[in-house]
Amino acid sequence: MMKGNFDFYNWWKKFNRKNTYVLALVVFIITTAIYFILQPAIMEEGVLSRITTSNFRTWLPIILLSVGQTVVMLGGGLDLSSGAILSLGNVILAISIRNTDEAGFNLLIVLAVIMMGLVAGALNGFFVAFLDLQPIIATFATSFLYSGLALLILPQPGGKIPRPYTDFYRTTKFLGIPLAIYIIIAVLLIWVFFRNRKYGRFLFAVGGDEKAAYTTGVPVKGIITSTYILSGLLASLGAISYTLLTGSGSARSGEDMTLTALTAAVIGGTSFSGGSGSLFGTVLGAVILGTIQNILSLARLDSWYRTLVNAVIIVIALAGPGFIKLFAREK
Amino acid sequence: MQEKSFAKNLIANVRDWLSFSPQVTALLLAIVVFMASGLLPNGYDSLRGAFNQGLNIVRLSSFLAIISAGQTLVIISGGEGIDLSAGAVVTMAAYFTYSIINGNNSLILPVLMLVIVSGGFIGVLNGLGIAFLQIPPIIMTLGMAGVVQGTLLVMTRGLYDGAVAPLMTKLIARDLFLTIPGMIYLWVFFGIVMWVLLHRTRFGKQLYAIGVNRTTARLSGVKVKSMVIATYTIAGALAAFSGFVLVGWTQNSGLEVGQPYLFPSIAAVAVGGTMLTGGEGSYFGTMVGAIVIQMISSLMRTMQMPEAVQQIVYGAILLSLLVIYGRKKGLRL
Repeated sequence: MMKGNFDFYNWWKKFNRKNTYVLALVVFIITTAIYFILQPAIMEEGVLSRITTSNFRTWLPIILLSVGQTVVMLGGGLDLSSGAILSLGNVILAISIRNTDEAGFNLLIVLAVIMMGLVAGALNGFFVAFLDLQPIIATFATSFLYSGLALLILPQPGGKIPRPYTDFYRTTKFLGIPLAIYIIIAVLLIWVFFRNRKYGRFLFAVGGDEKAAYTTGVPVKGIITSTYILSGLLASLGAISYTLLTGSGSARSGEDMTLTALTAAVIGGTSFSGGSGSLFGTVLGAVILGTIQNILSLARLDSWYRTLVNAVIIVIALAGPGFIKLFAREK
Repeated sequence: MQEKSFAKNLIANVRDWLSFSPQVTALLLAIVVFMASGLLPNGYDSLRGAFNQGLNIVRLSSFLAIISAGQTLVIISGGEGIDLSAGAVVTMAAYFTYSIINGNNSLILPVLMLVIVSGGFIGVLNGLGIAFLQIPPIIMTLGMAGVVQGTLLVMTRGLYDGAVAPLMTKLIARDLFLTIPGMIYLWVFFGIVMWVLLHRTRFGKQLYAIGVNRTTARLSGVKVKSMVIATYTIAGALAAFSGFVLVGWTQNSGLEVGQPYLFPSIAAVAVGGTMLTGGEGSYFGTMVGAIVIQMISSLMRTMQMPEAVQQIVYGAILLSLLVIYGRKKGLRL
């Protein structure tokens, strides 16, 4: 290799380490371009706005879930129960929400779901941080508690959310931008606020090297617990948005979302080993996965191939960072 | 502060007491659960009934135990090792067996070969992803499960047809000798093979070594990456083999046959005292664990508990086992 090339490689590596989402950004531009090319009516009046609204309201539950997953991963853990928490929130909402004239009661239910998310997350955090269990297997086990509870509450899919509520979620726009995008921006702003403050620094320190963080006085257990609580909270918010999107409940609604959300985080540049990644990248990762879904449906893929193609995309996305690392070592 | 240390001491005491011998504990648990099941209204009421009930449970658990064999190896290998693709691989193997053999005795051996090779192939892919691309095992194998399930959907388009070879039924499901079905003899044979593999071969020694500490294993000359790939390959092949046996046993197949065994297969390993952090455990423990898990699930079925409660019970069992056996080292150490 030429010397000039080598310098570029080093610069790229450094740049990548600082901005973990760069690769996601490139993939995002490519997938969006393909999507726009395949969508013939995109230039027509109003189509772009309609597509954006319908896409983001569909993606919001996954985006919230993957943001929670990212926070846990940054702290060096992994939360395999967040999809189950979403299912649980979904069924609670589906069976308890009443008509619009009982707004007070409905608000109470929503608050209860958020509380449930916090408690479920705290339970995960307790098992991982205070009982020193391996995060992956502990949250795998708790996911059975949550999804079992969801199945107990609602054995058959059902329930109905009043139309005005779902319409509010599906069609609200402000300055031509749909509600879902405002929520995403709000989440990112909150993250930016905390990232460079004490909490963010502690979080990255714990994810990078737990022992070193502990010896320098970082409250490791507290930080780890907080990441699971945040993940539970975001899963319950995901449940609220998912219920408003579909208008009904199912105990299996979040089952496949855990892996998708995790993949979104990995595409966004968050590493499994913790301490590196960004929420911005994760949101991009979730949008990429959603766009690929849209491309597949525009390409009229035979529905029997759906499961396979989705699974292959997930495996390739998970393998991506490892491949890049392998090549980097070759150099 | 005082209470917390009390709770910690309690857990430590219980663990010390149980870790005296997890297998014996599990066996005692099995006997207690079995006796309790006799008190149920539709339980056994005579010695003969008890024997039949016991035989039935051993027969049911033998199948679970064979799936758990691969799981045991993977979990001993450490590095958060676990195989969530086992359920899908069982389904795949069952599909091949059922649809290709199609009632033809002469095809049994070739299909058995095909099944084992294809299961091993899935295992190789798992191993490569885990060893070289550093994907956490639970994620890699979960992803692979999706790929296998998706491939099956494409191949079958939801339609499923075939038949069991008469010879398979005769060897596996029917009474072979002393009114005991072939399945149980197969299981005993399996137990011996696994014991030899784990405790009398280099593979076994190296498996425990990488489970305890990968760095020290590598420094003492163990090829860690090859070991990881080999372990997942064997686990895949074993899962596929159990899919083959399952068809001979249930005389039927379907696109969901393997999935219900996935979680019990992990729980059986954990009940048997194999450390979920790796490096410690035995197949004998898993055999006992399979009996315990099978008994609990039979008990729940006789009591007609809904699937939801079963899920919660499994989750709670796994969590309590994790608290007893699966804890990492604390930060102060």
